[in-house]
Amino acid sequence: MKNRITKLKTPIHFRSWASVGGYEERRGPLGDKFDFCDTSDKFGQKTWEIAEAEMGRIALNTSLSKVGLSHTDLELLVAGDLQNQCVASSTGLSSFGIPFLGVYGACSTCTESIMMLSSFIDSSDNMKIGAALTTSHNSAAERQFRTPVEYGGQRAPTAQWTSTAAGAFLLERGRGDVMITEYMPGRIIDGSTADGTNMGGAMAFSAFDSITAYFEESGEDIHNIDYIVTGDLGKVGSDILKELLSKELPGAERLHTDCGLLLYDMKNQDAHSGASGCGTSASVLACHFLPMLADGKLRRILFLSTGALMSPSSLLQGENIYGIAPLIRLESGKEN
Amino acid sequence: MDSKAKKQLIKKHSPSTTILKNSIMAFIFGGGICVIGQLLSELYSYFGCDEKTCGILVTVTLIFIAALLTGLGIFDKIARHAGAGTLVPVTGFSNAVVSQAMDAKSEGYVMGVGAKIYTVAGPVILYGLLSGVIYGLIYYIYRTVEQMI
Repeated sequence: MKNRITKLKTPIHFRSWASVGGYEERRGPLGDKFDFCDTSDKFGQKTWEIAEAEMGRIALNTSLSKVGLSHTDLELLVAGDLQNQCVASSTGLSSFGIPFLGVYGACSTCTESIMMLSSFIDSSDNMKIGAALTTSHNSAAERQFRTPVEYGGQRAPTAQWTSTAAGAFLLERGRGDVMITEYMPGRIIDGSTADGTNMGGAMAFSAFDSITAYFEESGEDIHNIDYIVTGDLGKVGSDILKELLSKELPGAERLHTDCGLLLYDMKNQDAHSGASGCGTSASVLACHFLPMLADGKLRRILFLSTGALMSPSSLLQGENIYGIAPLIRLESGKEN
Repeated sequence: MDSKAKKQLIKKHSPSTTILKNSIMAFIFGGGICVIGQLLSELYSYFGCDEKTCGILVTVTLIFIAALLTGLGIFDKIARHAGAGTLVPVTGFSNAVVSQAMDAKSEGYVMGVGAKIYTVAGPVILYGLLSGVIYGLIYYIYRTVEQMI
């Protein structure tokens, strides 16, 4: 398959970004790097659903205020979450009054939204700045996908913990400290399991597909890449991906790191196989990788949020989980 | 890569449930709940209740405690370690109903709590009743046959 990679014609950079989290995210190793964490997970709201909407609103407002912009400066919003019909995004962003595109890519939403926004800016003649936002809320997601929040049960060792986290990104035409240079949409890859408690395992194959396709088509030398960052494969998915990469692209497995393994303390936070949820890759990108790229500590990374495409009904009906891993290439704008 | 190879790879890297540890924890917590039940039973009989009333009161008390702990957000933290120890006794049933009711409250008392309260506990109620009916039938046939002989 050819022409999966799109090189952006116009330079586009991350003007600003912000990360917001909840209680477990604050306790995690990246806790201090978040812009804001509400340890009640409620963000001052009555329901978990509206709390997620508010969390997204806070993230976007924070990213705007960091660079002294107002919502009226934005020309397009691309946002998504894990709730039915992406209602957290539409509720939280309704007051902004900006053209809006809702996206759903399960946990791949972060990369998908950034990709779509950069594509819009790239193809437009005069569009200058837009925002991409991704949120997920543990309690809203648990309620929708699994069991009630206070339900007492044991989780499988392969299960992951849906993060309460949001990441907001302002993308602007022109050069800056962190540039997005290429994107590549993912393919829908059969995860060959219907086990909803092992989504990392199901998604690993889609990440492998995108990574190998990228290097094959671009001809890029793996030594030019600092990190291959996946979204939320967790322990199980990362182990599978590393084994596959070590056979197919020797050396690439050493560049691999996963946001799902970075967000929580894997020993002390009862996160089992790691973090999941689309807010995981969004918040870790915003609080961890973008600052390192902006400082010039990292030069080039491939960033792939990984999505497990399924619904509670499809799982009960025994259908396999499909994985998807869209890829973006991010580069430091700092001259070395 | 074919589906079989993927399945094998997932299996290879997926840690299995720690059955021995879980069983021991379930034994300790489940046994502990039974001990509490027995103590409650002794207490109620001390106050002069007969055996049947004691049984009912103990059940109701355990249901209440589990419901209260669920409401306070403590039950799920215990159950994370206790597993079947808290799930199998009546405490698990209480938690399944109360946690679901708490979740559904934001959607109203009729279409939320009313319609969804037994979403998790529903299978226990349905198949509990069904097995009761089957047991009753077997018992009835057994007694009828016994009397005929």
